[in-house]
Amino acid sequence: MSEATSHYQSEKRADTVFKAVMTASAGLVLLIMIAILIELTHHSQLSLHKFGFGFLFSSAWNPVSGQFGALSSIFGTVVSTVIAMLLAVPLGLVIALFLVELAPPWLSTIVGNAIELLAAIPSIIYGMWGLFVFAPFLADHIQPLLGKTLGFLPLFKGAPMGIGMLTAGIILALMILPFVAAVMRDVFRMTPAVVKEAGYGMGATTWEVTSHVTVRYGLSGLLGAVFLGLGRAIGETMAITFVIGNNHNISASLFAAGNSIASTLANEFTEASEPLYLSALVELGLVLFLLSLFVQLAAQWWLKRIKLGIGRGT
Amino acid sequence: MKAKNLLIAGLVVVGLLVGGTAVVAAMSLNGAGASFPYPLYSQWAYKYNQLTGDQINYQSIGSGGGIAQIKAKTVDFAGSDAPLEKPELDASGLIQFPMVVGGVVPAINVPGIKAGQFKLTPDALANIYLGKITRWNDAALKAINPGLALPDLALTVVFRSDGSGTTWIYTNYLSKVSTEWRQRVGAGKSVSWPTGVGGKGNEGVAAFVQKTKGAIGYVEFAYAVENKMTYAALRNQAGAFVEPTSETFQAAAANADWPNAPGFYMVLTDQPGAGSWPITGATFILTYRQQPDANKAAAMLKYFDWCYHHGADVARKLNYVPMPENVIKLVQARWAAEIRAGGRRVWP
Repeated sequence: MSEATSHYQSEKRADTVFKAVMTASAGLVLLIMIAILIELTHHSQLSLHKFGFGFLFSSAWNPVSGQFGALSSIFGTVVSTVIAMLLAVPLGLVIALFLVELAPPWLSTIVGNAIELLAAIPSIIYGMWGLFVFAPFLADHIQPLLGKTLGFLPLFKGAPMGIGMLTAGIILALMILPFVAAVMRDVFRMTPAVVKEAGYGMGATTWEVTSHVTVRYGLSGLLGAVFLGLGRAIGETMAITFVIGNNHNISASLFAAGNSIASTLANEFTEASEPLYLSALVELGLVLFLLSLFVQLAAQWWLKRIKLGIGRGT
Repeated sequence: MKAKNLLIAGLVVVGLLVGGTAVVAAMSLNGAGASFPYPLYSQWAYKYNQLTGDQINYQSIGSGGGIAQIKAKTVDFAGSDAPLEKPELDASGLIQFPMVVGGVVPAINVPGIKAGQFKLTPDALANIYLGKITRWNDAALKAINPGLALPDLALTVVFRSDGSGTTWIYTNYLSKVSTEWRQRVGAGKSVSWPTGVGGKGNEGVAAFVQKTKGAIGYVEFAYAVENKMTYAALRNQAGAFVEPTSETFQAAAANADWPNAPGFYMVLTDQPGAGSWPITGATFILTYRQQPDANKAAAMLKYFDWCYHHGADVARKLNYVPMPENVIKLVQARWAAEIRAGGRRVWP
């Protein structure tokens, strides 16, 4: 009997240790986040004091005179990410649906592997391809066409240089597409065949089953895929730096050069020797950190609401 | 600042681990800094290593990074394209000396125009970068280039988006020749550009210029040559149009009054002389006056001496201009006067 007790106790101890290790690991993530936040705030003191909230609303960026503002970088980050999401999410959805619902298994495997391979390409390769191949192509063929047909919109005004906000957005879309598509495909695969068959059994078309059953069933997973892509797009650095044009101006035209928070950091961090300059760059990092956090929180909140809505059957 | 130093130190360490594992070095010296002389420094280090077995590691992390590293005492020497002024040197106990001279050139991409055909005055160049001249057939450009058929083409200004010594030399020049530039923009490793698009690194600018019809940018001469870029001729202080060559860089360097430059603080832009290329600059080495290790210090100065005297051919081949003998003498006199290890002189 004593043996059984000691066995029970040692199991209990193992459980305790296991739990402690798990808690510590999970806590580490939180701790790192808090440490980053403290470190960023600490090192951006100089800039925080000098510019205050005005930092967020000023588009000045002049290392010579020591005037810094984040507006153009925030603008560029948001615009390039929005373009990327607008292109990548619908396309990713269609690809995922095709792979799960329509494609024959052999084709699904090949395309699926290809997508996963795309996700493994380093971002600098996308950047260089964007700079050397894609941007000239845009400048010679696509942008003049857009300018001719839609040039009355301020979005498509200006000289077709190939590089700029539009190119950055498209390159970003290409980069996040594999992630979005791969996760969405896995989400769709998890829809139980029984549920779908029930739909078909009721005489629904493929489209109806897809939109009413598959997409509905995997909604939270789909949003997860979207936010995975968003998270990658918002902080993407090297590829953007190559093609965005790196100008601290805000322009309504998608043809114009801009900059993102990450590209500014990549460009200017190494040579920033003035304390205020460095501090302003760190504060840009802080802004990016908070922006990502805000996006994640908003996503969680939205997801919760949608789940509630589904629960109620609306 | 600390985080940045840590980051750079980390990069340096990784670089050393990668670069240093296979070599059983007699003496190992670490440097970091400017990217402009990196092709030359790596060639020199390679040749010197073959001759002596000494291992010279140079990490091309940018002038600012190099200065931060030498101040944090994590490297033996640093490279910088922008010289430090004497008070800053003194405050950190550093000595600075010029290694080689190079040039920055305006590179253009205009269909039908070949290298050296297109001429620019300092005013026109400043006005292009101020965004006042926006087309290639602008009256001002036509007046300078009467015989040239300039197309009706939009002018795309390209600059370096990353902080760099190249930009420092270039904006220093524009500030010297244009009052408006000096007041509106100024000189720096990064500035607030009135117009244009930014490419990362010399290679980024080179790519933008070569891929965009109607573009004008500025790159290190070595990059312009390597990439066969079309450069413009520029009017210098004496009023002569000169092309960027080793000779015109040398001419600009020859006019420099090194003996009267405290701490070798010398900017070679807009120098007098009919043969001087106006956007010329020296690149500098920084090291401590009080060396922590006498053997290391001796090996380092021996290496730099070798670079001065035996590295000149390699430098010329890579389109840098070696320092003239009288400047080398001056530099070595400073070594003898200022560099100490444990209270004793290291050189000669």
